[in-house]
Amino acid sequence: MKISELDSAIRTSLFEYLLRLGDDRVVLGQRMGDWCGHGPTLEEDIALTNITLDTVGHAATLLHLAGEVEGRGRDEDALAYLRDAIDFRNCLMVELPRGDFGFTVVRQFLFSAYSHVLFQALSTSSCEELAAIAQKIEKEVRYHVRYSSDWVVRLGDGTVESKDRVNDALTLLWGYTGELFESDSVEGKLVGLGIAVDSSTLRPPWMELVNQVFTLATLAVPATTPSMLTGARHGRHSEHLGHMLSEMQILPRSHPGAIW
Amino acid sequence: MTTENSSTKSGLVAELPLWEVFTQPPNGAPHEHAGSVHAADAEMALLGARDVYARRGNVVSLWVVPTNMITASVSQDNPAFFDPMDDKVYRHPQFYKSPKGVKNL
Repeated sequence: MKISELDSAIRTSLFEYLLRLGDDRVVLGQRMGDWCGHGPTLEEDIALTNITLDTVGHAATLLHLAGEVEGRGRDEDALAYLRDAIDFRNCLMVELPRGDFGFTVVRQFLFSAYSHVLFQALSTSSCEELAAIAQKIEKEVRYHVRYSSDWVVRLGDGTVESKDRVNDALTLLWGYTGELFESDSVEGKLVGLGIAVDSSTLRPPWMELVNQVFTLATLAVPATTPSMLTGARHGRHSEHLGHMLSEMQILPRSHPGAIW
Repeated sequence: MTTENSSTKSGLVAELPLWEVFTQPPNGAPHEHAGSVHAADAEMALLGARDVYARRGNVVSLWVVPTNMITASVSQDNPAFFDPMDDKVYRHPQFYKSPKGVKNL
Protein backbone atom coordinates (compact mmCIF):
# COMPACT_ATOMS: atom_id res chain seq x y z
CA MET A 1 0.00 0.00 0.00
CA LYS A 2 1.02 3.58 -0.53
CA ILE A 3 1.07 6.35 2.08
CA SER A 4 -1.74 8.21 0.28
CA GLU A 5 -4.04 5.23 0.95
CA LEU A 6 -3.60 5.33 4.75
CA ASP A 7 -6.23 6.88 7.04
CA SER A 8 -5.26 9.74 9.33
CA ALA A 9 -4.95 7.70 12.56
CA ILE A 10 -2.47 5.35 10.91
CA ARG A 11 -0.61 8.29 9.39
CA THR A 12 -0.18 9.80 12.86
CA SER A 13 1.38 6.58 14.14
CA LEU A 14 3.52 6.20 11.04
CA PHE A 15 4.80 9.77 11.41
CA GLU A 16 5.84 8.99 15.00
CA TYR A 17 7.46 5.72 13.91
CA LEU A 18 9.42 7.39 11.10
CA LEU A 19 10.61 10.09 13.50
CA ARG A 20 12.08 7.35 15.71
CA LEU A 21 13.91 5.84 12.74
CA GLY A 22 15.06 9.19 11.37
CA ASP A 23 16.02 10.75 14.70
CA ASP A 24 18.19 7.77 15.71
CA ARG A 25 20.23 8.43 12.60
CA VAL A 26 20.39 12.20 12.57
CA VAL A 27 21.58 12.18 16.20
CA LEU A 28 24.12 9.39 15.70
CA GLY A 29 25.30 11.08 12.51
CA GLN A 30 25.92 14.30 14.41
CA ARG A 31 27.82 12.43 17.14
CA MET A 32 29.93 10.56 14.57
CA GLY A 33 30.64 13.82 12.78
CA ASP A 34 32.76 14.78 15.80
CA TRP A 35 35.42 12.43 14.43
CA CYS A 36 35.88 14.37 11.20
CA GLY A 37 39.53 15.42 11.17
CA HIS A 38 40.22 13.63 14.47
CA GLY A 39 40.39 9.96 13.41
CA PRO A 40 43.37 8.00 14.76
CA THR A 41 44.70 7.54 11.21
CA LEU A 42 43.74 8.99 7.84
CA GLU A 43 42.18 5.65 6.86
CA GLU A 44 39.97 5.55 9.96
CA ASP A 45 39.08 9.21 9.65
CA ILE A 46 37.75 8.59 6.15
CA ALA A 47 36.06 5.34 7.15
CA LEU A 48 34.24 6.97 10.09
CA THR A 49 33.15 9.98 8.07
CA ASN A 50 31.94 7.71 5.24
CA ILE A 51 29.73 5.90 7.75
CA THR A 52 28.64 9.26 9.15
CA LEU A 53 27.58 10.50 5.74
CA ASP A 54 25.69 7.28 5.06
CA THR A 55 23.92 7.65 8.40
CA VAL A 56 22.97 11.29 7.84
CA GLY A 57 21.73 10.26 4.38
CA HIS A 58 19.50 7.60 5.95
CA ALA A 59 18.17 10.21 8.38
CA ALA A 60 17.39 12.63 5.54
CA THR A 61 15.48 9.98 3.57
CA LEU A 62 13.49 8.80 6.60
CA LEU A 63 12.69 12.30 7.86
CA HIS A 64 11.68 13.37 4.35
CA LEU A 65 9.18 10.53 4.29
CA ALA A 66 8.05 11.47 7.81
CA GLY A 67 7.34 15.00 6.58
CA GLU A 68 5.29 13.65 3.69
CA VAL A 69 3.32 11.40 6.01
CA GLU A 70 2.65 14.28 8.38
CA GLY A 71 1.45 16.41 5.47
CA ARG A 72 2.07 19.78 7.12
CA GLY A 73 4.76 20.94 4.78
CA ARG A 74 7.75 20.12 6.97
CA ASP A 75 10.73 18.68 5.10
CA GLU A 76 13.73 16.80 6.52
CA ASP A 77 15.58 20.02 7.34
CA ALA A 78 12.64 21.48 9.24
CA LEU A 79 12.31 18.25 11.23
CA ALA A 80 16.02 17.95 12.00
CA TYR A 81 16.81 21.60 12.71
CA LEU A 82 13.64 23.20 13.98
CA ARG A 83 12.44 20.80 16.66
CA ASP A 84 13.44 20.94 20.33
CA ALA A 85 14.99 18.08 22.28
CA ILE A 86 11.68 17.05 23.85
CA ASP A 87 10.23 16.44 20.37
CA PHE A 88 13.06 14.14 19.30
CA ARG A 89 12.22 10.44 19.28
CA ASN A 90 15.70 8.90 19.09
CA CYS A 91 16.90 6.28 21.57
CA LEU A 92 19.29 7.25 24.37
CA MET A 93 22.25 5.25 23.09
CA VAL A 94 22.86 7.48 20.07
CA GLU A 95 22.86 10.76 21.98
CA LEU A 96 25.79 9.83 24.26
CA PRO A 97 28.98 11.77 23.41
CA ARG A 98 31.33 9.93 21.08
CA GLY A 99 33.85 8.92 23.76
CA ASP A 100 37.12 7.31 22.72
CA PHE A 101 37.62 5.22 19.60
CA GLY A 102 36.72 2.04 21.51
CA PHE A 103 33.42 3.50 22.70
CA THR A 104 32.60 4.78 19.20
CA VAL A 105 33.29 1.38 17.67
CA VAL A 106 31.30 -0.59 20.24
CA ARG A 107 28.29 1.73 19.95
CA GLN A 108 28.51 1.63 16.17
CA PHE A 109 28.55 -2.15 16.23
CA LEU A 110 25.62 -2.52 18.64
CA PHE A 111 23.60 0.06 16.70
CA SER A 112 24.54 -1.13 13.20
CA ALA A 113 23.70 -4.71 14.13
CA TYR A 114 20.30 -3.44 15.31
CA SER A 115 19.86 -1.41 12.10
CA HIS A 116 20.77 -4.46 10.07
CA VAL A 117 18.07 -6.70 11.53
CA LEU A 118 15.58 -3.81 11.58
CA PHE A 119 15.91 -2.79 7.95
CA GLN A 120 16.09 -6.38 6.80
CA ALA A 121 12.64 -6.81 8.34
CA LEU A 122 11.36 -3.46 7.00
CA SER A 123 12.47 -4.38 3.47
CA THR A 124 9.24 -6.35 3.20
CA SER A 125 7.06 -3.67 4.82
CA SER A 126 3.59 -3.38 3.30
CA CYS A 127 4.21 0.37 2.98
CA GLU A 128 5.86 0.63 -0.43
CA GLU A 129 7.77 3.82 0.24
CA LEU A 130 9.22 2.50 3.51
CA ALA A 131 10.14 -0.88 2.00
CA ALA A 132 12.06 0.83 -0.82
CA ILE A 133 14.03 3.01 1.62
CA ALA A 134 14.72 0.03 3.90
CA GLN A 135 16.21 -2.01 1.06
CA LYS A 136 18.65 0.76 0.21
CA ILE A 137 19.63 1.42 3.82
CA GLU A 138 20.10 -2.26 4.61
CA LYS A 139 22.73 -2.59 1.89
CA GLU A 140 24.80 0.27 3.32
CA VAL A 141 24.36 -0.88 6.91
CA ARG A 142 25.86 -4.26 6.04
CA TYR A 143 29.16 -2.46 5.49
CA HIS A 144 28.81 -0.59 8.78
CA VAL A 145 28.36 -3.92 10.57
CA ARG A 146 31.44 -5.35 8.88
CA TYR A 147 33.61 -2.32 9.65
CA SER A 148 32.51 -1.99 13.28
CA SER A 149 32.57 -5.73 14.04
CA ASP A 150 36.07 -6.04 12.58
CA TRP A 151 37.22 -3.33 14.97
CA VAL A 152 35.38 -4.85 17.94
CA VAL A 153 37.22 -8.12 17.27
CA ARG A 154 40.60 -6.43 16.94
CA LEU A 155 40.22 -4.23 20.01
CA GLY A 156 38.52 -6.90 22.11
CA ASP A 157 41.14 -9.49 21.23
CA GLY A 158 43.94 -6.92 21.09
CA THR A 159 46.09 -5.46 23.85
CA VAL A 160 45.26 -5.29 27.56
CA GLU A 161 44.43 -1.60 27.16
CA SER A 162 42.23 -2.01 24.07
CA LYS A 163 40.31 -4.81 25.77
CA ASP A 164 39.84 -2.71 28.93
CA ARG A 165 38.51 0.22 26.93
CA VAL A 166 36.12 -1.92 24.92
CA ASN A 167 34.88 -3.62 28.09
CA ASP A 168 34.33 -0.25 29.77
CA ALA A 169 32.35 0.92 26.74
CA LEU A 170 30.33 -2.27 26.70
CA THR A 171 29.49 -2.05 30.41
CA LEU A 172 28.20 1.48 29.91
CA LEU A 173 26.38 0.86 26.63
CA TRP A 174 24.67 -2.38 27.55
CA GLY A 175 22.11 -0.61 29.70
CA TYR A 176 21.00 1.33 26.65
CA THR A 177 20.31 -1.70 24.46
CA GLY A 178 16.97 -2.60 26.05
CA GLU A 179 15.28 0.50 24.67
CA LEU A 180 15.98 -0.64 21.10
CA PHE A 181 13.70 -3.64 21.49
CA GLU A 182 10.71 -2.11 23.29
CA SER A 183 7.34 -2.45 21.61
CA ASP A 184 4.52 0.03 22.25
CA SER A 185 1.09 0.98 20.95
CA VAL A 186 2.43 3.40 18.28
CA GLU A 187 4.33 0.54 16.73
CA GLY A 188 1.57 -1.97 17.48
CA LYS A 189 -0.98 -0.21 15.25
CA LEU A 190 1.46 -0.41 12.33
CA VAL A 191 2.62 -3.97 13.02
CA GLY A 192 -0.95 -5.19 12.55
CA LEU A 193 -0.97 -3.76 9.03
CA GLY A 194 2.46 -5.13 8.16
CA ILE A 195 3.92 -1.62 7.94
CA ALA A 196 6.27 -1.77 10.92
CA VAL A 197 8.10 -4.61 12.64
CA ASP A 198 7.55 -5.59 16.29
CA SER A 199 10.79 -4.40 17.95
CA SER A 200 10.80 -7.24 20.49
CA THR A 201 11.14 -9.77 17.65
CA LEU A 202 14.40 -8.14 16.57
CA ARG A 203 16.25 -8.99 19.76
CA PRO A 204 16.96 -12.71 19.08
CA PRO A 205 18.59 -12.17 15.63
CA TRP A 206 20.46 -9.13 17.02
CA MET A 207 21.69 -11.14 20.01
CA GLU A 208 22.88 -13.90 17.68
CA LEU A 209 24.93 -11.42 15.63
CA VAL A 210 26.33 -9.80 18.78
CA ASN A 211 27.30 -13.18 20.25
CA GLN A 212 29.04 -14.26 17.04
CA VAL A 213 31.23 -11.17 17.07
CA PHE A 214 31.84 -11.22 20.84
CA THR A 215 33.04 -14.84 20.62
CA LEU A 216 35.65 -13.82 18.03
CA ALA A 217 36.51 -10.75 20.11
CA THR A 218 36.82 -12.82 23.33
CA LEU A 219 34.29 -10.47 24.92
CA ALA A 220 31.31 -11.39 27.05
CA VAL A 221 27.91 -9.79 27.38
CA PRO A 222 28.00 -7.99 30.76
CA ALA A 223 27.10 -10.62 33.35
CA THR A 224 25.13 -8.43 35.72
CA THR A 225 22.50 -6.92 33.48
CA PRO A 226 22.00 -3.35 34.65
CA SER A 227 18.49 -2.02 34.66
CA MET A 228 17.75 -0.81 31.17
CA LEU A 229 17.41 2.93 30.60
CA THR A 230 14.43 4.09 28.61
CA GLY A 231 12.02 6.95 27.93
CA ALA A 232 13.69 8.73 25.03
CA ARG A 233 11.19 7.47 22.46
CA HIS A 234 8.66 9.58 24.36
CA GLY A 235 10.88 12.66 24.63
CA ARG A 236 12.56 11.94 27.98
CA HIS A 237 16.18 12.37 26.95
CA SER A 238 19.53 12.51 28.72
CA GLU A 239 21.15 15.88 29.42
CA HIS A 240 23.41 15.34 26.40
CA LEU A 241 20.83 15.81 23.66
CA GLY A 242 20.00 19.46 24.30
CA HIS A 243 23.67 20.46 24.24
CA MET A 244 24.22 18.52 21.05
CA LEU A 245 21.19 20.04 19.33
CA SER A 246 22.18 23.57 20.28
CA GLU A 247 25.36 23.08 18.30
CA MET A 248 23.71 21.16 15.47
CA GLN A 249 20.84 23.60 15.04
CA ILE A 250 22.44 26.97 15.63
CA LEU A 251 23.13 27.78 11.99
CA PRO A 252 19.68 27.05 10.50
CA ARG A 253 18.02 28.70 13.51
CA SER A 254 20.19 31.83 13.38
CA HIS A 255 19.96 32.12 9.60
CA PRO A 256 16.61 30.61 8.57
CA GLY A 257 16.66 29.35 5.00
CA ALA A 258 20.42 29.78 4.64
CA ILE A 259 21.93 27.93 1.70
CA TRP A 260 25.39 27.63 0.21
CA MET B 1 46.44 19.48 17.94
CA THR B 2 49.18 19.28 20.60
CA THR B 3 52.71 18.11 19.88
CA GLU B 4 52.11 15.10 22.06
CA ASN B 5 49.10 14.08 20.01
CA SER B 6 50.87 14.38 16.71
CA SER B 7 53.82 12.32 17.89
CA THR B 8 51.44 9.61 19.14
CA LYS B 9 49.70 9.76 15.82
CA SER B 10 52.80 9.30 13.69
CA GLY B 11 53.95 6.58 16.11
CA LEU B 12 50.75 4.65 15.52
CA VAL B 13 50.94 4.97 11.76
CA ALA B 14 54.58 3.89 11.81
CA GLU B 15 53.62 0.69 13.63
CA LEU B 16 50.92 -0.33 11.15
CA PRO B 17 52.13 -2.16 8.04
CA LEU B 18 51.69 -0.57 4.62
CA TRP B 19 49.57 -2.14 1.89
CA GLU B 20 49.43 -1.30 -1.81
CA VAL B 21 45.94 -0.94 -3.23
CA PHE B 22 44.85 -1.95 -6.73
CA THR B 23 41.42 -1.11 -8.11
CA GLN B 24 39.64 -2.46 -11.14
CA PRO B 25 37.25 -0.22 -13.09
CA PRO B 26 33.94 -1.66 -14.29
CA ASN B 27 34.84 -1.78 -18.00
CA GLY B 28 36.96 -4.93 -17.60
CA ALA B 29 40.30 -3.11 -17.64
CA PRO B 30 43.04 -4.66 -15.49
CA HIS B 31 43.59 -3.75 -11.84
CA GLU B 32 45.63 -0.58 -11.52
CA HIS B 33 47.69 0.74 -8.66
CA ALA B 34 45.59 3.32 -6.81
CA GLY B 35 47.72 4.13 -3.76
CA SER B 36 48.42 2.67 -0.34
CA VAL B 37 46.87 2.31 3.11
CA HIS B 38 48.14 1.54 6.60
CA ALA B 39 46.40 -1.38 8.28
CA ALA B 40 47.04 -4.04 10.90
CA ASP B 41 46.00 -6.95 8.68
CA ALA B 42 44.60 -7.87 5.26
CA GLU B 43 40.90 -7.53 6.18
CA MET B 44 41.41 -4.06 7.64
CA ALA B 45 43.53 -3.10 4.65
CA LEU B 46 40.67 -4.12 2.37
CA LEU B 47 38.19 -2.01 4.33
CA GLY B 48 40.61 0.94 4.37
CA ALA B 49 41.11 0.58 0.63
CA ARG B 50 37.36 0.52 0.10
CA ASP B 51 36.89 3.70 2.09
CA VAL B 52 39.84 5.62 0.70
CA TYR B 53 39.91 4.53 -2.95
CA ALA B 54 36.48 3.12 -3.83
CA ARG B 55 34.12 5.54 -2.08
CA ARG B 56 33.55 7.59 -5.20
CA GLY B 57 32.46 4.53 -7.16
CA ASN B 58 33.84 3.25 -10.48
CA VAL B 59 35.41 0.18 -8.84
CA VAL B 60 34.28 -3.44 -9.15
CA SER B 61 37.21 -5.22 -7.52
CA LEU B 62 39.95 -4.43 -5.00
CA TRP B 63 43.31 -6.03 -4.31
CA VAL B 64 45.52 -5.22 -1.33
CA VAL B 65 49.10 -6.47 -1.24
CA PRO B 66 51.64 -6.08 1.59
CA THR B 67 54.06 -3.44 0.35
CA ASN B 68 57.04 -5.43 1.57
CA MET B 69 56.06 -8.28 -0.76
CA ILE B 70 56.80 -6.13 -3.79
CA THR B 71 60.28 -6.36 -5.30
CA ALA B 72 61.02 -3.14 -7.14
CA SER B 73 63.77 -2.13 -9.51
CA VAL B 74 66.10 0.58 -8.26
CA SER B 75 67.29 3.62 -10.18
CA GLN B 76 70.78 2.12 -10.61
CA ASP B 77 69.12 -0.61 -12.67
CA ASN B 78 67.79 1.89 -15.18
CA PRO B 79 70.73 2.04 -17.63
CA ALA B 80 70.88 -1.73 -17.95
CA PHE B 81 67.12 -2.32 -17.73
CA PHE B 82 65.56 0.38 -19.82
CA ASP B 83 68.02 2.36 -21.95
CA PRO B 84 68.63 -0.36 -24.55
CA MET B 85 64.99 -0.13 -25.59
CA ASP B 86 65.42 3.47 -26.72
CA ASP B 87 67.07 2.56 -30.06
CA LYS B 88 65.05 -0.56 -30.84
CA VAL B 89 62.08 0.96 -32.58
CA TYR B 90 61.37 -2.33 -34.34
CA ARG B 91 60.03 -3.64 -31.02
CA HIS B 92 57.02 -1.36 -31.48
CA PRO B 93 54.26 -2.51 -33.79
CA GLN B 94 54.13 0.99 -35.30
CA PHE B 95 57.55 0.31 -36.87
CA TYR B 96 56.00 -2.05 -39.38
CA LYS B 97 53.99 -0.78 -42.30
CA SER B 98 50.80 -2.64 -43.04
CA PRO B 99 51.00 -4.34 -46.43
CA LYS B 100 48.59 -2.85 -48.93
CA GLY B 101 45.46 -4.82 -49.52
CA VAL B 102 45.45 -6.47 -46.11
CA LYS B 103 42.20 -5.71 -44.38
CA ASN B 104 41.25 -6.15 -40.76
CA LEU B 105 44.80 -5.93 -39.46
